[in-house]
Amino acid sequence: MSDIDLYRRTFLKTSLGAAAVAIAPGMLLFDTAHGKPQPASGKVRWGMLIDTTQCKSGCDDCVTACNRENGLSGATSATDSQWIRKIEIKDISSGRELSLPMMCQHCEHPPCVDVCPTTASFKRADGIVLVDKHRCIGCRYCMMACPYKARSFVHEPLHDQNPDVPRGKGTVEACTLCVHRIDQGLQPACAEACPNQAILFGDLNDTDSEISKKIRSVASVQIRANLGLNTGIRYRGL
Amino acid sequence: MKLFASLLLCLCIPAAWAAGTNAPKPDIGKGGQCVEDVQWMRKNHMHLLKHQRDEALRKGARDEKLSLKNCIECHASTRDDSVIARDDSFCVACHRYEAVKIDCFECHSGKRKSAWSQRNAK
Repeated sequence: MSDIDLYRRTFLKTSLGAAAVAIAPGMLLFDTAHGKPQPASGKVRWGMLIDTTQCKSGCDDCVTACNRENGLSGATSATDSQWIRKIEIKDISSGRELSLPMMCQHCEHPPCVDVCPTTASFKRADGIVLVDKHRCIGCRYCMMACPYKARSFVHEPLHDQNPDVPRGKGTVEACTLCVHRIDQGLQPACAEACPNQAILFGDLNDTDSEISKKIRSVASVQIRANLGLNTGIRYRGL
Repeated sequence: MKLFASLLLCLCIPAAWAAGTNAPKPDIGKGGQCVEDVQWMRKNHMHLLKHQRDEALRKGARDEKLSLKNCIECHASTRDDSVIARDDSFCVACHRYEAVKIDCFECHSGKRKSAWSQRNAK
């Protein structure tokens, strides 16, 4: 091996070492100063337990809160979006009446995600089913697939949206479980607004959470449980 | 070689002069630098935004510093709290000059969050 080759090798080695020494502390400092927030954890499964015995007929505080939080018009025209609605049901034989809120059930196996041709419909690691409006082409297959009629299509141009809740014409949207609030450590707007605390929000996977304890101790059902979708929203007293 | 250099100079001077006169002058709002230097951001901001939107929406990893909301917070005009309201607004000025249509604000708010909250507080 010639001297020149050796010199070249040592030069490359030293310059590599010097570069590493120069860059490494900068990168380390950058990481500590602007630590990337953790992505949603797959260990968590967000859900709700809705106590229909506490849900008052005629009260729509959850719907109003949702509309205000997400900038919905509150169905002022026929085609306006609706993320949560109140349903009044009556058992004909016994005459028993019930009132309950209905929205996206945040299924473990969501049919809307199955049918989406652009993977705009997706389930986040923590179980929240969302629409990626960057990819949504507005085909509305998901609206057909949803057994709960939970999704809406935006027909008209929108203005002055909530900076936390981007919404726009030509895309499908539904209850996001107030994902922007959850990521800040807050509760969904409807759960917070309910005057009777009929909506209990929490982590279904955490055995110590209030919602898990409640689900263990009282009878609750999933709507259309026969479909095997394993919904994140459970109802009590149905 | 000399001829080539002088030719290059002759070509560059009018180009630089033209760029100087017609260049957009956006209203940079509060301004300041928090991500990268101006020249880098002019060239690469769209890649950052596109990467960040997928991270934030699909994975839930919200890096505040790179979020569109955070950009708007500093760069919205101090006059009307918006990055899109006028011809010389922060986003509009350059995008009009370059004839690149932005779709961001079909869905996203172009308003500063603090201003929006203040107006919608009831």
